[in-house]
Amino acid sequence: MNWMPLSIKGTPQGLLLQPKSQSWTEFLEALKQSLYDAPAFFKGGRVILDLGKRELKEDELLALRKLLNEHDIELFAVLGEDAQTQRTTRSYGIRTRLPGERHSQQRTNEPQVQGNALFLQKTLRSGQSIDFAGTIIILGDVNPGAEVKAGGNIMVWGKARGLLHAGAMGDENAVICALDMQPAQLRIAGYINRAPEGKNYQSQPEMAMVDGTMIVVQPWIARG
Amino acid sequence: MAGKIITITSGKGGVGKTTTTANLSMGLAILGARVICIDADIGLRNLDMMLGLENRIVYDLVNLIEGRCRFRQALIRDKRFPELHLMPAAQTRDKKDIREEDMERIARQAAEMADYVLIDSPAGIEHGFRYSTVAADQVLIVTNPEVTAVRDADRVIGLLEAEGHKNSKLIINRVKPELVRRNEMMDTSAIVDILAIDLIGIIPEDSDILFASNRGSPVVLDKNSAAGQAFREVTYRLQGQDVPFTPLKEPSLLKKLFGLR
Ligand SMILES: Nc1ncnc2c1ncn2[C@@H]1O[C@H](COP(=O)(O)OP(=O)(O)OP(=O)(O)O)[C@@H](O)[C@H]1O
Ligand SMILES: [Mg+2]
Repeated sequence: MNWMPLSIKGTPQGLLLQPKSQSWTEFLEALKQSLYDAPAFFKGGRVILDLGKRELKEDELLALRKLLNEHDIELFAVLGEDAQTQRTTRSYGIRTRLPGERHSQQRTNEPQVQGNALFLQKTLRSGQSIDFAGTIIILGDVNPGAEVKAGGNIMVWGKARGLLHAGAMGDENAVICALDMQPAQLRIAGYINRAPEGKNYQSQPEMAMVDGTMIVVQPWIARG
Repeated sequence: MAGKIITITSGKGGVGKTTTTANLSMGLAILGARVICIDADIGLRNLDMMLGLENRIVYDLVNLIEGRCRFRQALIRDKRFPELHLMPAAQTRDKKDIREEDMERIARQAAEMADYVLIDSPAGIEHGFRYSTVAADQVLIVTNPEVTAVRDADRVIGLLEAEGHKNSKLIINRVKPELVRRNEMMDTSAIVDILAIDLIGIIPEDSDILFASNRGSPVVLDKNSAAGQAFREVTYRLQGQDVPFTPLKEPSLLKKLFGLR
């Protein structure tokens, strides 16, 4: 097969168009040819342009939209990584991600498994939960209504205000630490400790562990 | 350049989304902006009443989606500000009649014709919330100083973040300064501490709001209303001005005793 300056794929959301050529003019020419060769394939449809890392200038965008509009095709979305291109695209009322699609930049906030630990760099909000067989480390808050369940320990580098369950598979030696411990509920293995009623709590690093038959929460003091 | 699409949502019902949409739409129109507000609460239709435009409705959002009318026909021009338009919801239909892509298309089309498109979202976190927020450039979360409302707002913010909405702003509505002072109501800093998004408005509890809604004349039009002043400040902030928050005054004793206006 000949080398083509573009690739076209049908997807449920529309036709996915990927420029393969560095030259935009070449790409547009090839597209024009395809529109001419297979008009029925495009007719009344919509197109999703996938740029990858490539930048797109305003006039390039407008030239493409004009060409498509002349053939009664909607430029439905322009996907790509370049922030300036995304801004330009949106300023013309064209979407830069598909409906229902997760945002790509979310990735850095996704939980990362490192050895036996799960590392999460974000605040867990109400209704969100995280569940992991090893230790969970959270750089952020655990808000009321959020749940954290670890087979091992839980460490919260932030405010712990939701439900935290360490040693969820039965490990009574598991601990829960937080910079500011004000959870709705702490659980370690089979033990449960509700937040003390009343407002007299201090904002300080604390650690919770099982002592005898109950969970105790103590200020964190580093020991040599 | 296309206008900005702003969705007003909350999670919990009855916290003041429609009141906020009506006041900010009119407030932006007062500042000379071209505004289209869209009532996305299909089946409940309130925004038209709060704006006093109820008896002018001919076509609505669902009619437009179903192709029964043209875009312009589904817009009602405000009687006070010719650059303010309302696209009413259908009262006799169901939220299921709207698809995300329909709403997105209509919002973008509106944005071609206006500086601001404000969308009044239904309560909840289901379909109505989703179609109301898909096209939003910015989301305003309305909450009340109550743990349940804040909890639901937090849930909504989490869902929005997962969808890539990063610059949501917070409006705390129905604040009663005297209760905050007596430690009987959550204060704004405690709310912001949990929700961790930028605050763009603190609206006091104001009995004028109910009168104003019933009259179809949002409080933002009333120079003497405390809530109106707070909504005006939000409109400046939406336009990018850095306005300090006016400290809320406790209502006078007379007003408290007799509910006087
Ligand atoms: N700041 C305020 N002071 C006094 N009353 C208020 C205030 N804000 C809203 N209200 C009243 O609260 C009620 C609910 O307001 P509104 O309809 O705006 O809420 P909503 O969030 O749109 O509700 P829904 O979820 O049902 O759509 C109305 O009766 C309104 O007058
Ligand atoms: Mg409402």
